[in-house]
Amino acid sequence: MWSWVLHRITGVAIFFFLLVHILDTALVRVSPEAYNAVIGTYQTPIMGLGEVALVGAIVFHAFNGLRIILIDFWSKGTRYQKAMFYVVIALWVITMLGFTPRHLINVFSH
Amino acid sequence: MSATLDAPRTPLRPARKKGVNWEKWGWIYMRVSGVVLVVLIFGHLFMNLIVGDGVSAIDFAFVGGKWADPFWQWWDVAMLWLALIHGGNGMRTLVNDYARGPKFRAALKLAILAAVAILILLGTLVVFTFEPCPIGQPADLLPSFCAA
Repeated sequence: MWSWVLHRITGVAIFFFLLVHILDTALVRVSPEAYNAVIGTYQTPIMGLGEVALVGAIVFHAFNGLRIILIDFWSKGTRYQKAMFYVVIALWVITMLGFTPRHLINVFSH
Repeated sequence: MSATLDAPRTPLRPARKKGVNWEKWGWIYMRVSGVVLVVLIFGHLFMNLIVGDGVSAIDFAFVGGKWADPFWQWWDVAMLWLALIHGGNGMRTLVNDYARGPKFRAALKLAILAAVAILILLGTLVVFTFEPCPIGQPADLLPSFCAA
C-alpha cells in the first residue's frame, strides 16, 4: 500500500514541478537575462535541497514504476512484489547516496 | 431508511463493448512511456546535475550550447511530450479516484487537458524556434560559439 501511496504523491509532485520547469525554461525565448535571473533562484542552497527532494521523488517513481510493470507482465511479478519493493528502496538509497553529495558540492561550492 | 454502497471499484458506467478501448491504451501508454522516460529523465538529470559543475553551471549559454545539437533538441522534445501526457493521464486517474461531483470532475479534467496541451505547444515551439545567439545581447551571456 505504501508503494502505491508514494507513487501517487511523488507523481503529483513531479507533475507540478514539470509545469513550472517548462515555463522557466521557456524564458530562453524571452532573453538571456530573463532566463539567467530565474534560473539563478534555482541555484540557491534552499533550492539545492529542494532539488535533492525532487530527484528523490523522480528516482522512487521511476524504480517503483518499473516494479509495477514487472508485477503486470512478469509471470512471477505478483509473488515477488514485496521483495521487489525492498529492491526499489535499496536502489533508491544507493542512487541517492551517489547523487546527493555530488549535487550538494555543486550547490554549496559555487 | 437503508443506504446502499457500491462494491469497491464499481465503474461509474459499464465499460464500452464496441470501439476503441481508450482506458486500455492509456494503461499501455503509462507503461511504455514510463520505461522511455526513465532513460530520458535519468539522462537529463545526469547531463544537467552531475556532469561538470552541475546545477551551478546552468544558464542561457548552457541551454544554447545543448540545443545547438539536434540530438538534445529531440531528446528534450520527446521528454516534453511523453512526460506531460504521462503526468496528465496520471492526474486524470487521481481526479477519477478522489474528485466528487460531475461538474467539478469535468472542470479539473479540462484544466489538466488545457495545461498539458498549452505546455506541449509552448515547449515544442521554444525548443525549435530558439535563437542561441540573439542579436544585441551581451556576449558574456551567450554560448561561446556565438563569437565565432
